[in-house]
Amino acid sequence: MIDFIRQLFLDLYEVAPRWNFIFFHDPVQWDRVVEGFWVTIQLSIACVVFSVIIGIIGAWLQGSHNRIVRNVVQGYIQFFRNTPPFVQLLFFYFALGQLTPTYSPDGWLEVPIISNVGWAIISLSFFAGAFNVEIFRAGIEAVPESTQEASEALGMSRLQTYVYVVLPLAFRVSLPALNNNLVNLVKTTTQALAIAVPELLYQFLGIWNDYPSALYPSLTMVFVIYIALVGILVYSMHRWEKAMRIPGYGT
Amino acid sequence: MTDAATWTPDQPMVSAKDVHKSFGTLEVLKGISMDVMKGECICIIGPSGSGKSTFIRCINGLNDIQGGSITVEGQEVNDPNLDKLALRKKVGMVFQQYNLFPHKTALQNIMMAPLKVLKQDKAEVEERARGLIRKVRLDGKEDSYPGELSGGQQQRVAIARSLAMHPDVMLFDEVTAALDPETVKEVLVTIRELADEGMTCILVTHEMGFAREVANHIYFTDRGIIVEHGPPDVFFTEASDPRTKEFLSQIL
Repeated sequence: MIDFIRQLFLDLYEVAPRWNFIFFHDPVQWDRVVEGFWVTIQLSIACVVFSVIIGIIGAWLQGSHNRIVRNVVQGYIQFFRNTPPFVQLLFFYFALGQLTPTYSPDGWLEVPIISNVGWAIISLSFFAGAFNVEIFRAGIEAVPESTQEASEALGMSRLQTYVYVVLPLAFRVSLPALNNNLVNLVKTTTQALAIAVPELLYQFLGIWNDYPSALYPSLTMVFVIYIALVGILVYSMHRWEKAMRIPGYGT
Repeated sequence: MTDAATWTPDQPMVSAKDVHKSFGTLEVLKGISMDVMKGECICIIGPSGSGKSTFIRCINGLNDIQGGSITVEGQEVNDPNLDKLALRKKVGMVFQQYNLFPHKTALQNIMMAPLKVLKQDKAEVEERARGLIRKVRLDGKEDSYPGELSGGQQQRVAIARSLAMHPDVMLFDEVTAALDPETVKEVLVTIRELADEGMTCILVTHEMGFAREVANHIYFTDRGIIVEHGPPDVFFTEASDPRTKEFLSQIL
C-alpha cells in the first residue's frame, strides 16, 4: 500500500514536474511534515488553554471594584487587539527576548530561558486572550442581575453565586464567539514561522526551499491539513455547544 | 429595641421603624414603620413607584437603608456587620420574574441552596425537595428545566426553592404580576396554603381579592409613606384617606 502510494506520486512527478509531492515518496520529507504537524498541534492546544485561562481571569478582574485593576485589563486588551499578532510575535521574541536571562548548559552556549516556542505560546495566548476577555465579559453581562439576586436571597455568597450561577450561564452564552476566536487562534499559529518555530508551515517552507518542484504540492497540503484541523475543532466545539444546551432556554 | 439574643416569638418577627431609603437624590421610602407578628400574613398595596417592592427588598438586605431600622427576629438588618447569610436563612423571597436558575432542573433549583449554603446531606435534601415539588403540585416536573415550564409552574418552583431553606418569613414581591390570569390562581392557592399553615408572609400584590381574603392586615403605601393600614374588612370598606379611596376606586 505504502509502496503503491509512493509509486503513484513518483509517476505523477514524472508526468507533471511541478507537482512533486515529495513528502509522499521521500520518507525524510514525510518525517518533517509529521514533526511540523505535532508542533502545530501542541502550539494550538497550549495557546487555546492559556488564552481561555487569561480570558476567564481577565473577565473576572474587569468586574473588580478597583479602577486601576480595570484600567490595566483595558490597557492590555487595547494593546493586543489593536496591534498585528505578527508584530507582537516579533516584538516578544526579539525585543523582550533580549531582556530575559540566559543559562549555559555546556559552559559555551548562551541559551535564553524562554525558547522561541515559549515566546510563540506566550505571545499568541495573550493575543487571543485579549479577545477572550471581551467574549467572557459579554457572557457575564448577559446573566440577568435578577438571577444573581435570587441566588443571594437564598443565602449564597458572592463567590458561590459566581461559580454556580453566573459562570455556567455566561459560558454558554460565550461559546459561539469563543469558537470563532479559537479558530482564528489556530490559524494564527502559522505566524510563529517568523520566529522559526518548527510548526507545519515552517516545515513545508523548508521542503519547498530544498525542492522547488514541491512548492505547489506543499501549499496545497498546508491548506488541506488546516481545513481538516480547523474542521475537527469546529465540529467538537459544536458538539460541546449542543451538549451544553439547556432545554427551553434561549430558543 | 430588641436584639437577636433576647428576641422571643411574642415580639414582632419583622419590625420596621421609620425606614428611609434613597436612590441617589430620589427618596423612595420616607419613613415606613410596621410590625409583623409570627404567623401573620401582611399585604402591601399601592400604586407603582410607591416603594412597596423597595421596602420588602430591604427586609432581606437586597437593598440597604439610609435611615431607621428593620429587625428580623431581633436582628438589625441595617447593621454594617450584619451576617447576611444568617439573615437570608430566616427570610425567603420570591420574585416577580421567578428568577429560577435556567441551567438547573426544577429539582436541582430547589436543592442548590440547601446543598451549597447549609451543606446538608444530599439524600436528605433530595427527599425534602421531592416533597416540596408535591406540595406545590408539580409532580412529574422534577426533571424539567425552567424554560420548559409555564410561568405559574416556574413561580411555584421558586416558592418551593425558597421553602427548602426553611425560612421563618416569606417575602413575595408581586409574584403574580407577570403571570397569565389563568395561572395566577394556582400560585395564589399555594401561597394561601402557606399562610394557612402559619407561615409568616409579607406580600406586595395587586390582587385585591386575594389580599382581602388572606391578609391579616393591609398596608397602603403611596410616594414612600404608609398612608393607611388596617384589617382587610375595615380597610376595604372604611378607607378614609382620599388617596386610598382614589386608588381603590381605580382598582376594584
